[in-house]
Formats: sequence, C-alpha cells, structure tokens
Amino acid sequence: MAPVLELRGITKRFPGVLANDHIDLTVEKGEIHALLGENGAGKTTLMNILYGLYHPDEGEIFVNGQKLDVHSPIDAIKSGVGMVHQHFMLVPVFTVTENVMLGEEYVKAGGILDRTKAANKIREISNTYKLDINPDAYISDIPVGMQQRVEIIKLLFREANILIMDEPTAVLTPQEVEELFKIMHTMIEKGKSIIFITHKLGEVMEIADRITVIRGGKVVGSTSPAESNLNDLASMMVGRDVNLEVEKSESVPGEVIFEVENLKVLDPMGALAVNDMSFKVHAGEVLGIAGVQGNGQTELVRAITGLLQAVDGEVRLCGQNITHLSPRKITEIGSAHIPEDRQKDGLVLGFPIADNLVLNTYYLEPNSKFIWIDQKSINENGKKLVENFDIRTPSPFVPVSNLSGGNQQKVIVAREFSRPIKFLVASQPTRGLDVGSIEYIHKRLIEKRDEGCAILLVSTELDEIMQLSDRIAVVYRGKVLDILEAKNATKELVGLLMAGIIPSEEEKQKLLAKKKQILMT
Amino acid sequence: MEKTTENKKKSLSVFWDEFSSSNFLVILLAIFTGILLGGVLVAITTNEVYDAFRVSIWSGLGTALRTAWNTYVALFTGSVGDPEKIRLAFASGDQLAIRRAINPFFESLVQSTPYIFGGLAVALGFRAGLFNIGVEGQIFIGAATGVWAGYAIEGLPTIIHIPLAMLFGALGGALWGFIPGLLKAKTGAHEVITTIMMNYIAFRLVDWLLKFPMKDPNEFTPKTPWILETAKLPRLFDTPIRFHIGFFIAILMAVAVYYLLFKTTWGFELRMVGSNPNAARYAGVKITKTTILAMVLSGALAGMAGANEVLGVNYRLLPAFSSGYGFDSIALALLGKTHPLGVILSSLLFGFLRNGARSMQLAVGVPIDIVSILQAVILAFIAAPAIIRTIYRLREPKHKEDLVSLRSWKG
Repeated sequence: MAPVLELRGITKRFPGVLANDHIDLTVEKGEIHALLGENGAGKTTLMNILYGLYHPDEGEIFVNGQKLDVHSPIDAIKSGVGMVHQHFMLVPVFTVTENVMLGEEYVKAGGILDRTKAANKIREISNTYKLDINPDAYISDIPVGMQQRVEIIKLLFREANILIMDEPTAVLTPQEVEELFKIMHTMIEKGKSIIFITHKLGEVMEIADRITVIRGGKVVGSTSPAESNLNDLASMMVGRDVNLEVEKSESVPGEVIFEVENLKVLDPMGALAVNDMSFKVHAGEVLGIAGVQGNGQTELVRAITGLLQAVDGEVRLCGQNITHLSPRKITEIGSAHIPEDRQKDGLVLGFPIADNLVLNTYYLEPNSKFIWIDQKSINENGKKLVENFDIRTPSPFVPVSNLSGGNQQKVIVAREFSRPIKFLVASQPTRGLDVGSIEYIHKRLIEKRDEGCAILLVSTELDEIMQLSDRIAVVYRGKVLDILEAKNATKELVGLLMAGIIPSEEEKQKLLAKKKQILMT
Repeated sequence: MEKTTENKKKSLSVFWDEFSSSNFLVILLAIFTGILLGGVLVAITTNEVYDAFRVSIWSGLGTALRTAWNTYVALFTGSVGDPEKIRLAFASGDQLAIRRAINPFFESLVQSTPYIFGGLAVALGFRAGLFNIGVEGQIFIGAATGVWAGYAIEGLPTIIHIPLAMLFGALGGALWGFIPGLLKAKTGAHEVITTIMMNYIAFRLVDWLLKFPMKDPNEFTPKTPWILETAKLPRLFDTPIRFHIGFFIAILMAVAVYYLLFKTTWGFELRMVGSNPNAARYAGVKITKTTILAMVLSGALAGMAGANEVLGVNYRLLPAFSSGYGFDSIALALLGKTHPLGVILSSLLFGFLRNGARSMQLAVGVPIDIVSILQAVILAFIAAPAIIRTIYRLREPKHKEDLVSLRSWKG
C-alpha cells in the first residue's frame, strides 16, 4: 500500500534563503511522525507548503499515492490534510460549535444555522477521541489545552486524515501535554496520521513512531526513538555535539541578597495568587521555583519586580525594603528581570535591537546626556553586545521583531547581564527556545551565579529546575510547600510536591535512597 | 565608512525605512489612481459630456477627456499658479500683477499651515499609542484663547505679543488635551470617546463665547473684536498674498517634534509606551505621566493650529471658522506615516488640493465636493495598499517565512 503522505524533493527558496532543500518525507498510516529541527530549520515552511500556504519551487506531494497540487488550505483540507497552528485561530466570543462550523456551516432550510446538528457531530467526535469537549462552551471561557482540542476537532470535523501539529506543546502545562499525548495516541489508533513538529527532544522520544530531523532546510537523518537517544538527536539537530547536562560546580553561597517574607499578592481576578510566601536567595546561588504553571509564579515575579502591588508582606533586596518601590527604583538597586513573556514585557518589537538593548538604561549616561538621547553611544553599545552575546542578526539596527525567539531572548539576556546586577529574576528563561539557545542561556546563568549574583529561577520545566538550581522551592496554590537542597531532591519528590502532595519523611528517605542507588550504579 | 555619516544615515533612515521600503511607491500610485478616478468622476457628473455622447461616442469621449483635463488644469493653476500668467506678470514688471500671479502657490501654503500643526498633533498622539480625535475641538479652543490674547492684552510690543498669543492658543489646546489624557491615565476611559465628546463641548463653548463674553459689541452677528496689530502674524508680501510667518512656525514645530520624538529620552519613553506599554512599564517608564503629557502636547499643537488661523489669516474669531482641519489632520497624519516630515508633505498635498479646489469650482464649475471625493479616494487607496498592489501587480513588501498572517487573539 502506498504511504498516506509522501513529499518528494520539496524545494523552496526565499530571497537569500534556501528554506527547503530537496526534502523527502514519507508518512505511513497510523503513525506519529516527528519533524524535529531547530527554529529556522525549515519545518514550518515545509508544513506551510503541504498545507497550501506556499507553493514549492520544486518537488511533488503525494497523498495515498495520488499526486496532489495544493494551492490553498482549502485544497489541503479537501485531500485530508489539516493543521493545528501554534497560535490558535479561534473566535473567542463564539462557542465551540460556532468555531468549528466556521467555514463549513450546517444550514437548515432558509439559510438558518443548524447548530444542533453540528453540536451533535462534535459530541460524537469528542466521545470517539476522548476529547471531553462541551460544544456549547465559549472559547474565552475554556483553558488553552481545551482550545487546542477545539482546533483538533475542527480538523476531525472536516474529516482530515493527516494532522499537522505545529509545536502543539509550547503553550501547554505538563498535565495538558500528557493529555494531548493520550489524545494523539487515540487518534492514531483510529487510523489517523500525525506529523508532530517540535524541537523538544524529550517529547519526541516519548511519543514519536518515527523521527525526521531537519537542519538548514535539509533532511539530515531519519530514525526512531528505539534506535536513538537524546544526545544523538540533539547533535543531529544542532549539527555539533551538544551538552544537555549543565556543567556547574558546587555553589558558594554568600550573604542573603534577596528576601521575601509573608508575601501576599492578588491576581487580576482578586484571588490570592501568592499566599504567604517566604524565602531567601543568597549571593552565588540559584534558587529554583518549581511548580505547575498558574500556581502564583507569575504574580510572585511581577510583585518582586514592582509591576504588581503586593497586598501584604515584605520584599527586601540588599537589605532595602523594595515592596512598594517602582520598577525603575528596583532596577536601579541592582535587580534584573528576564520576563516570562519576552515579546509582551521584555521587548519593543518595532524598535531596533540597539534600542532594545538600552530599554531600561536609556536615561543614564552614556546613553543619554541631559535630555538628549545619545544614539551614537547606544549604537556602539548595540554593536558590542550583539558580538559579545552572539546575537545572530545582520545588523544591530534592524527591528528586534526580525529575530528568532532564541535571539530575541539573547537580546534580553544581553541587556540584563551587561549592567552591574546583584540579583536576577529569570522567569521561564528558555521557554520556546531551541536546544542551542537553551544551552547558551543556561551557561550564562551559571556564569552569572559564579560571579556572585543571586538568581531566582522560575520555571515550569522540571528538567531545567533540576539542572540549574542549588536549592528548589516548590510552589503550589500560592504557597511554598517545601524548599529542598538540590542534592536531596529527586524528580519524583519535586513532582509529588508540584502536585500538592507532601510526602512523609519516610517516603522522602525512600525516594532519596533510590536516587543514591541510581548514582552508585 | 566614517562614523558621523553613519550616524546621519541612521537618523534619516528612521523615516526612510518606514517610508520608502515599499510604501512610497504605493503612496504615489494611490495619488495617481485617485486623480485618475477623480477625472472619471468629473466627466460623468458633467452635463456637456452627456450631450456630446448623444452626438457620437468619439465626441463624447473627447469631451469627457477635455473636461477632466480642464479640471486638473484648473486645479493646478488654482493651487500652484498659471505659468503663462506668471511669465507675463514678470515680463510686465507690475508688482501687483506679479503678486496676483504667484498668489495661488502662497495661498496653498497658507492652507497647508493649520494642517501641519494638526497633523503633528495627531502624529504625536499616535506615537504614544493615543488616538486623538479631538484635534478639531482643540483647534477651536486654541483659536478662542489665542484670539482673546490677541485683542484683550494691550500695550505689548509685537515681539512679545505674538509669542504670547500663540502660547495662549497652545495652552487652550493643551487644556483640552489634558482632560482626556487625565481621564485615560486615571480611569482608563478611552481617549477616542472622550476626545469626541470634548469636541462637542468645544464647539458649543466657543459658540457661547462668541455670542456673549467675547462678542464684539459693535457687531450684530457673533464675532470677536479684531486682534491688535501687535498680535498679527506678519505677512511676507503685500495684498493679495496672505502668506504669513505661521507657516515657518509650523515647520519649526515639525522640527521640534522630530527632535522630541527621536532625539530625547522623553521621546524614547513616549514611543516605547506607544509601541508596547507592557515593556515600557517593565523598563520603568511611568505610563500615566507619559500618556497625560503626550495628550497635553498633542492638544497644544492643535491649539496652535487654531491660534495660527486667527492670528495669521482671519484676525478675529468667527463661528465655524475651521472647516474640518482637525478631522483631515487624522487622515493626513496617517498618510504621513506619523513622521513629522511625512506630516509636512501630506499637509502640503492637502493644502494644495484644498486651495486648488476653489478654482476648480470657479473656473470649470466642478463642485467642491468632487475634490473632497478625490481626497477620500486617495486616502482610501493609501489606507488599503492591497488594492494598489493588486491593481498594479506590485510585489508584497517582504517574503518572510512567518509573514503569512496567523496571528491569534491570544497573541
């Protein structure tokens, strides 16, 4: 039998870039085929070609052995190819049913929408694939994970057989990822095929049946989880040996730099998001805040950087009470902040890189004199930092929106690290980044620690917390459940705490013994 | 390359990057297409064309072309001047004839002046992320305060009286901008709604001022007294040319706005707030202060437009003296890409069109509405570059992997 999908020699050129260079890809029925590659490797271009958004310069596409000529997403959907985009395309004020129907409306006599019929079909699909979706819910009321499932339903509703999922886990919490994987398994059991685009190695190993690795627009290898391991995949993807482990020495903690005492912060809805948190961060150590997303981390970070007013408690930096100071004052005392959402808070996308590199120091010498911006000095600084921090760009004067996610993050890191700081809050510093950038940013964080900076690392990636932290504070529902020494922490133990379960001393010892055993063997 | 030239290139490139990369051609083509369409419009609204079509197709088409041509000739001579007339006038050496011949050009500049002030007001607001619809109202208030300073404050030398009267105009407009700015910063009230409401208050308030406290007691209709000689913006030529130094003040303000936006720390903050308020807050900028200040400055510029009209052209305030300068300013600020230089250029376009429209009406009998339609068509084409790109089969500006618009509402 012919494979369900076959791409032969797909080539796509953009001015100055060869985005896809004779790519061959074969997807069999009922398999999850992972397309692995760094940001900018050409994965998305390839999928946009398959989905009819771009037309290839060369190459052919076959679906079930039939040559296919796609000119628009409508052609793609007709031939059974559907795509779940990284950013959802849903109308928030519409219900699930209405969103699913959009573009393929069921109508009764007289042109009236037949919502009931559509809702029934959605219910049916939802039951078949265990999606657990209420067709009458409004999109704006349901969580991100559910919204993604609505996107999936949209495709199943149109009877897609090949589902392209573009970085589907980027926006999900760990639990939602688990659930998504279950759904993906159900779908392939029912005979669908899935192309899973990602740069996260762990997920590929967990779920893929086959793996195709793309680098620089070319297929560099094809393998399966059984035949491969994390390090091989990483090297294949990046094109050089990658050290997934973070090399770091024992920390040498100094005095207490940063202190939070009985802090209480409200979320925008007025609920207590941070409920009586207390912890300390010493010079030269990384305190990791572990926890599932939405357990108060966002509000905690916003409160200690002055972006949100705490309702109670105290925050001290270098012995100074900063609880009610403005963001600028806090920055001036020597605090740096890598924000959770780099595009929303950390950068002005329309500004040149050089200007973004002085976003919070533009008013200081030598960037300005009196009221005048010294563009020359800002540009010099930009050139210097672009070089020092290896920001990949043709020039420091192009808008920062032209950069890839990893390089945008490097701009923020460069900006925050290039001024004298004593304390750093790094919130999700590697979210959505490729392996190379993650490695780079981890290295820089540890360097900063070794220089004596106190670092508060907030991350929902358990691996990241385990690799970088010297101590780990686990937060659950706005409270610090426990603070562990990194050497006494295991993934299982932190995982339990993240789920809100406080293990007894006995259980702790058991988990620890297990860790020691693993270390010995 | 030398550092200084590189730096110069950078400051200019702020404008050119936005203006020329793809849009400049589009703007030129939009103007061209608008003029073409306007010609068709003129032809189909002229009775003679229909009469000619009754004779034969060819005479119909000929008449249509001739009508359109005559109209644009009238537009040109009305806004720039009649080259033949100018030549003859200079040949004769008669000073009055020369002034009459070159008057259309200078009159267009006079018409452009309030547009420059108003366009700068809107552009400054835009750069701070504020949609100042209230320019028209701020013009009225600025005219009222400016004219008051012009006739009520006596005994000042010109050198002090003029700046003082302009300042009064600016202050009046600034106050009218301050209120929506304060409301936005403190309560989140959207400036579009509040500035529209402030417009109505301004119109009626000025009506009342003209009928009662500021009315010239010697007049029957509501008018203010004439401003004093010392407050009049000096004219550069004798009658009939009304061209006055207000134009240069406007250009000076454009330069000032350019420096403010792109060369000062405060402009950096303002643009940051306008482009990404979240990042601005993160960077320690006080959003409320910046918002209020931007509205105050925007209002002040608009107020200067009003003061400029009463101090330089009318010398007194009459009801309904500004025929939509403030609203046109919104359109031309966008046309000028909210850059001071762009605002000057688009203000000139608007001023010349507006001035030429009158002679179109007088010379060829084309209704002034056609010119308004012409402006509207040009703007519509600029606002929707996709139309122009489709008509002329232009390429999309840039081919980039993620240019395909897949933006989600979650951002």
